[in-house]
Amino acid sequence: MSRTGPPAAAAAPAASVPDAMRCLLLRDIRLAVRRRADTLSALVFFVLVASLFPLGVGPDSALLRTMGPGVVWVAALLAAMLPLGRMFADDYQDGTLEQLLLSACPLPLLVSAKIAAHWLCSGFLLALVSPLLAVQFDLGWPATGVLILSLLLGTPVLSLVGAVGAALTVGVRGAAVLMPLLVLPLFIPVLIFGAAAVEASRSGLGVAGHFSLLGAFAVLAVVGAPLATAAALRIAVE
Amino acid sequence: MPVHRINWFKYAAPQNFFALAGRLIPWFSIAAAVLCVAGLYLGLWLAPTDAQQGDAYRIIFVHVPAAWMSMVVYLAMAFWAAIGLIFNSRLSYMLASAVAPTGAWMTFLALWTGALWGKPTWGTYWVWDARLTSELVLLFLYFGFMALHAAIDDLRRADRSAALLAIVGVVNVPIIYFSVQWWNTLHQGASVSLTKAPSMAPPMLIGMLVMAIAFWMYCIAVSLARARTIILERERHARWTQRTLGAA
Repeated sequence: MSRTGPPAAAAAPAASVPDAMRCLLLRDIRLAVRRRADTLSALVFFVLVASLFPLGVGPDSALLRTMGPGVVWVAALLAAMLPLGRMFADDYQDGTLEQLLLSACPLPLLVSAKIAAHWLCSGFLLALVSPLLAVQFDLGWPATGVLILSLLLGTPVLSLVGAVGAALTVGVRGAAVLMPLLVLPLFIPVLIFGAAAVEASRSGLGVAGHFSLLGAFAVLAVVGAPLATAAALRIAVE
Repeated sequence: MPVHRINWFKYAAPQNFFALAGRLIPWFSIAAAVLCVAGLYLGLWLAPTDAQQGDAYRIIFVHVPAAWMSMVVYLAMAFWAAIGLIFNSRLSYMLASAVAPTGAWMTFLALWTGALWGKPTWGTYWVWDARLTSELVLLFLYFGFMALHAAIDDLRRADRSAALLAIVGVVNVPIIYFSVQWWNTLHQGASVSLTKAPSMAPPMLIGMLVMAIAFWMYCIAVSLARARTIILERERHARWTQRTLGAA
């Protein structure tokens, strides 16, 4: 009976996986563009935190040049963590998340699309803004290039690992306080090697080793984090 | 002859495990106490003074076992968390929750004794050395596990979410273990390894191994005791719990 039923349902094209991913990616970016104050405030926070350090430790330019890579990376870490709380929280509240869980598309792939959108609206923009801070800390030309590249390679890991924390704490009371405790310890390797790459380039050493490790973290996170995030979302919503 | 098969699933029932743990705790406690006394006697009286570090090195008899246990307990926690997620057994989650505070305490003990050891030998309580930093991260991972578990009211979700976090955090354990080999930093390399002869005098080595077994026994005894409490707390409405508590 149902096989010969009205053709409307059967004729409706089933969205292919790449289509669904692209749709979700564009939707999340569109949402971020419409609420651009949220996105921009993370960028302002990034610049603000980094600008606090010269005020705190004094304007000694040699000291600031030494501290620069680490300060910019720590600021990027904190700024990348700020919007994580909203990654799934809004979708959880309005029911979108349940629809995603029920979807025929594999959840880890849908989650990857959401993470990609999140990265484009946080880590990617942070990397674009970072030359401004590099100038403030007088890092010099090759080091500034390395800073941008290291942020481009490292911030995706922050979004990927952060997504696991965001999924674990979705709908939990006190999630804003809990998330840094869960996520920051796992960010530490990225911080160490990202800042070390910039520092190595500033002192004229090779950066290939640091970039290789950052790339390895990125590969590991790209493979593992969407699976862990999907599992965490299923636990959270069931 | 009939082949005796052990029914492993018998003790997956909290009721049976509760009784088993109650019978085992005294044995592990006594073993911990006896071995601890023996290990300290070996370490503090029989072992010779170190040529380079003097008597300051003797904290190794607490420091190294605590550091080993901090990692072993994390692996045990992640193991029970994984078993819980795979087989969906209540007792596994209870065991994962039961070992977490002991692991955090061992991590803290390793960091604390390391700081006390660092002062006379390195001249400072703390350095940002790879092994120290990764051990500190381990402490935060334990805190994260316990905080996440405490923050979620729905017990089932709390168990499963914290279990997933524990499994994700496992990546840190090899980083700690190999940190002294990967980064050539201040923390000394391993004194004991399975592949080459130990670089320490026999009484020192035996003292340390005896202390390590004592720490194992202590951790097992304390975790079992905590598991019993958790079982009682979660199964408080079951009839057998009422009977047990009524009899006590």
